[in-house]
Amino acid sequence: MNRAPLIFLGIFFALAFSWTGIILTNHLSYAKLQPVFDETEGKAFPQKLPGNAERGKEVYRDLGCVYCHTQQVRQPGYGTDIERGWGERGSVARDYIHEKRVYLGTMRTGPDLRNVGARFVGDAGRDWHLQHLYDPQITSKGSIMPPFRFLFETRVIVGEPSPRAVQTKLPAQYQPPAGHEIVLTQRGEDLISYLLALKDPALYPEEAARVYVPKAEPAEKKTEPAQAEAAK
Amino acid sequence: MASSLTASLNPASSPDLAKRAELSAIDASTRAPALYFFGSSVLWLLVGTLFALIASYKLHTPEFLGNIEWLTFGRARTLHLNAVIYGWSVNASFAVALWLMARLARAELRHVGLLFIAAAFWNLGVTVGMVGIAIGDSTSIEWLEFPTYATPILFVAYALVGAWAMITFRFGRAKHIYVSQWYLLAALFWFPWLYSVAQIMLLFEPTRGTVQGLVNWWFAHNVLGLWFTPIGLAAIYYFLPKVLGKPIHSYYLSVLGFWSLAIFYNWAGVHHLIGGPVPVWVQTAGIAASFMMVVPVIVTGLNQHLTLVGAASALKYSPTLRFIVFGGVNYTLTSFAGSLMAMRSWAEITHFTHYTVAHAHHGMYAFFTMVMFGSIYYILPRILLKEWPSAKLISLHFWATAGGITLYVLVMSIAGIQQGLAMNTLPEGAGGAPGSPVPFLTVVAQTIQWLELRTVAGVVIAIGHIAFAINFTWMLVKPRQAGSSEPTLFRHAPDLEAAR
Repeated sequence: MNRAPLIFLGIFFALAFSWTGIILTNHLSYAKLQPVFDETEGKAFPQKLPGNAERGKEVYRDLGCVYCHTQQVRQPGYGTDIERGWGERGSVARDYIHEKRVYLGTMRTGPDLRNVGARFVGDAGRDWHLQHLYDPQITSKGSIMPPFRFLFETRVIVGEPSPRAVQTKLPAQYQPPAGHEIVLTQRGEDLISYLLALKDPALYPEEAARVYVPKAEPAEKKTEPAQAEAAK
Repeated sequence: MASSLTASLNPASSPDLAKRAELSAIDASTRAPALYFFGSSVLWLLVGTLFALIASYKLHTPEFLGNIEWLTFGRARTLHLNAVIYGWSVNASFAVALWLMARLARAELRHVGLLFIAAAFWNLGVTVGMVGIAIGDSTSIEWLEFPTYATPILFVAYALVGAWAMITFRFGRAKHIYVSQWYLLAALFWFPWLYSVAQIMLLFEPTRGTVQGLVNWWFAHNVLGLWFTPIGLAAIYYFLPKVLGKPIHSYYLSVLGFWSLAIFYNWAGVHHLIGGPVPVWVQTAGIAASFMMVVPVIVTGLNQHLTLVGAASALKYSPTLRFIVFGGVNYTLTSFAGSLMAMRSWAEITHFTHYTVAHAHHGMYAFFTMVMFGSIYYILPRILLKEWPSAKLISLHFWATAGGITLYVLVMSIAGIQQGLAMNTLPEGAGGAPGSPVPFLTVVAQTIQWLELRTVAGVVIAIGHIAFAINFTWMLVKPRQAGSSEPTLFRHAPDLEAAR
């Protein structure tokens, strides 16, 4: 008896089932996830990354940062992400809708980076990243992150020292030989811009109303819009 | 039933000389492509092992080769994964699948020149992809890192291999479709579907937001479950009864095992996103499917175990059997561990930790790679018509890889649990209230001793690989002996005629 056609049908429908359920259904239902306009700020959230940060995301990609760092904050009560200050809230699907490539990650050899732009801010944040990329031991003794010194260039000073020289921000033992300076490459600049820009907004009212309903009596359910207002 | 099954499975067991001649003609037809695929797989295994050692050493000594951009951890680790998956594992599974298909369908491979082209293209594609990763063109999508320009080359190669296996099946003389063929047909059909959906929805026309995560893990987990697992199980279902000279315990259990795997496995991949920003119902479905995987695993494990019962003494003699049984036992263990890892409370601890790394190696190495080793020990003498040159090297290969991977899985599991507990639970603070989390660098410091032990395990495994590569090369170059020859066994076994 030749049962090959029957076996083949079974094989086909097995995978078609999960492809429809996991991929197609969500691909279609995600279309209704739209940015949310915040009237007090006059902007729609989530916002797109600025151009130099987008370029930095390419550096993040090519160096494989995703293999040690996640970009997803777990919900309160599941793990200790909130207690660690990795975010003020858990990540939601809407946070990622503008991203051409999503780096959720599966491994936390290093900390989560979804909101690293909220932890290291402005010039001080930039200097921290500079030191940390040059040698993680400067800022984080005992870290097992590799150094990314190849994002810097040590070169002979020709004429005036470059305004972009960064050795002044590094501890004494990292100083270049006399007549040399250390500059950050464009890729390094872009990567730091990306890290400074990584930050999710406060919770969208839609999400607050939809997902985070605290345990409440049925009668109190009508107060959801008010809670959503408060969450803003 | 049982006797007809044995006959269809094992024509060589029949005293009929015509059947033996047919079998040897079939083996001969697979020689050229199988050797090409096996040869390149062994080369990629060595390349992958080298990158594995570099990446492993870097993780506890980050300054090691720290100034070389293309060897930075994020790339070295990725080069390791792609070399052992697409270089070693896929090349080996192509050869095993084609050889099994030819034998089970009782058909000679035709026009093997085209399979030669397929092998050349596949290895070209892997080489291009590896260079792409090294120069910074990796996509950073797990299991799909090869840059898009490597994809068409791989696709041509795969299309040829898939088509050839189907043609061989179609032209087969065997009336009965043995369970190994079910697995092979399914795997050959599933893989291109998975790969092309992932390519299109992640790289060419990226889908929206975190649906990418769903596509990514639907693909990556199914490459394990719907490509490597079926091919590994097909090999076990063939070689176990073959080497033991007795039929598989229960035909019906093997059918049940196949269909429950087909139905449940492909929903399980979502468990990589538990607690993540994807719809909760999908996560729940993934958890349920992962748990249901207990069914095919118990059924398959039981079937194989009951086949082995009463004949286990053959493990003392047969290299193939030893590798295959080690792989089969670890298939059961790693699958149970996987089902458990999908439980929300256990995922809270073990997800994002080295425990996942342990689990990945448990499945891909302790199960799949060991089964491929066993298959190669069986197939190569039959297509080359000569025996393995050194039983000592086979023995070294077995003990180094089996011991090494056991140590690896143990230390990384312990490391992962410790890391997960420290990272995800709050220690008790003053007055019994939850305290503040363990500082992250303390969590890192705790793992370092285990990471160093992992490198030791890696070196032991590498020794096994070198022994294997030496034996393999020696086998290729050594002259064929005239007259009949004895198979290379671990020890002399005069009463093991059936094992041949």
